[in-house]
Amino acid sequence: MNTRVRQLFRSFLLWELLKGLQVTGRHLFARKITVQYPEEKTPKSPRFRGLHALRRYPNGEERCIACKLCEAVCPAAAITIESEEREDGTRRTTRYDIDLFKCIYCGFCEEACPVDSIVETHIHEFHFENRGENIITKEQLLAIGDQYEAEIAAARSADAPYR
Amino acid sequence: MDLMLSYMQGWPGWVQVMLISVAKIVLILIPLLLAVAYTTYAERKLIGYMQIRIGPNRVGPRGWLQPIADAFKLLLKEAAIPTNANRYLFQLAPVISITAALAAWAVIPISDTLVLANIDASLLYILALTSMGVYGVIIAGWASNSKYAFLGAMRSAAQIVAYEIAMGFALVGVLMVAGSLNLGDVVRGQQGSVLDWYIWPLFPLFLVYFISGVAETNRAPFDVAEGESELVAGFHVEYSGMPFAVFFLAEYANIILISALTAIMFLGGWHAPINTPFTIVPPGLWFIGKAAFVLFFFLWFRATFPRYRYDQIMRLGWKVFIPVTLVWIGVLGFFMFFTPFGHMFH
Repeated sequence: MNTRVRQLFRSFLLWELLKGLQVTGRHLFARKITVQYPEEKTPKSPRFRGLHALRRYPNGEERCIACKLCEAVCPAAAITIESEEREDGTRRTTRYDIDLFKCIYCGFCEEACPVDSIVETHIHEFHFENRGENIITKEQLLAIGDQYEAEIAAARSADAPYR
Repeated sequence: MDLMLSYMQGWPGWVQVMLISVAKIVLILIPLLLAVAYTTYAERKLIGYMQIRIGPNRVGPRGWLQPIADAFKLLLKEAAIPTNANRYLFQLAPVISITAALAAWAVIPISDTLVLANIDASLLYILALTSMGVYGVIIAGWASNSKYAFLGAMRSAAQIVAYEIAMGFALVGVLMVAGSLNLGDVVRGQQGSVLDWYIWPLFPLFLVYFISGVAETNRAPFDVAEGESELVAGFHVEYSGMPFAVFFLAEYANIILISALTAIMFLGGWHAPINTPFTIVPPGLWFIGKAAFVLFFFLWFRATFPRYRYDQIMRLGWKVFIPVTLVWIGVLGFFMFFTPFGHMFH
């Protein structure tokens, strides 16, 4: 009986509605958490998986030995590799294509790579303007690797203690 | 006005009257449409702030030009008419909506002298026109020949009809206290200080009126007629471009109208809350300030409350508001005629 009377009073005094208004009213003056994207960016983890790159050794030799483990592990079958023997007798790729439309950015290729050649960089703001540009070739991958080598290496060393 | 009159001296009388009326209409309409545009901006900004976002801030400094950009976008869009729609009714519906929403402003007293049509039955006129608006909604839903639009229109119509009654009863209380149907006289009856405003003797009716007003304009939490999550957009799903913009204008003009009416009937219209220091502010500004204050609650509600279920809306309208208003009208009548407190209401 008592609780019913109290309930009646509460509903007629709009008690809970006022509580709700109080909550939103408080948030009106709260500090805003919006990140204004192109000007402001949130920090990215060293493990961030973005656009791919092929790395080189410090002496300029490309790391990839065409073992095709990445091609085998790729769940989206986005990687296509062809290889042959180079003049010095080592096995190297002649073709290393990644279809970025198929790629799901899972990072398995990077994990599978025995020589840390294929990596995923922190680059996530990229686009294509023509058909076919979604397939990036070995030359493009190596160029990305050359350009961002410092950042790639820094991210790898930052994550090394946890691997 | 006087400048216009002196310029038109010697012209036929009917021309003078017509031109003066047109000038007054423009004077009311242009600020009203600007207010509508900036209500949308205020709404987006305010809801953003309440959700700890910052809202539109890209077009112009701090996003001030956002409503202008929206208006231009809608003007340039194609006004598509569905193949199976009734072309004539489809195009008529937004016109009915906007006409009803704008015509009601003719009798709103902005200050003691500034009112387009000072008619004696202005309250009745307002009630008549706001219920005309429902025709726009029903016709839009019917003419679209789409099940979502139709469902939205049916819900909207049922809701508006249900809350119209509670709203009317709430206004009966105002009539009893003010003793006049003229909105100007209603405001004049509240002369004095805050304590003379009708909100105090009529507080339950004020609540009922305001909540019914929210329901009447199909605003959250009573926006089942739009019900984004179930009906896409309700009665105006099939509308695009300018006809859509017209519905939008009508909706917001109605919201501002309800705010203005609340300010007039319960919050003392153009009167300052305390006499001496505050009367420096022109009475029109007091009225606009009060209407904006009430309008703020519309936006606040939208940011706060989840949508009512349809049967809950109907229950609230028929089984709560109508009895509450009837009881309060009875109590009010008893106090006015059988107790010595009757003088408080005159």
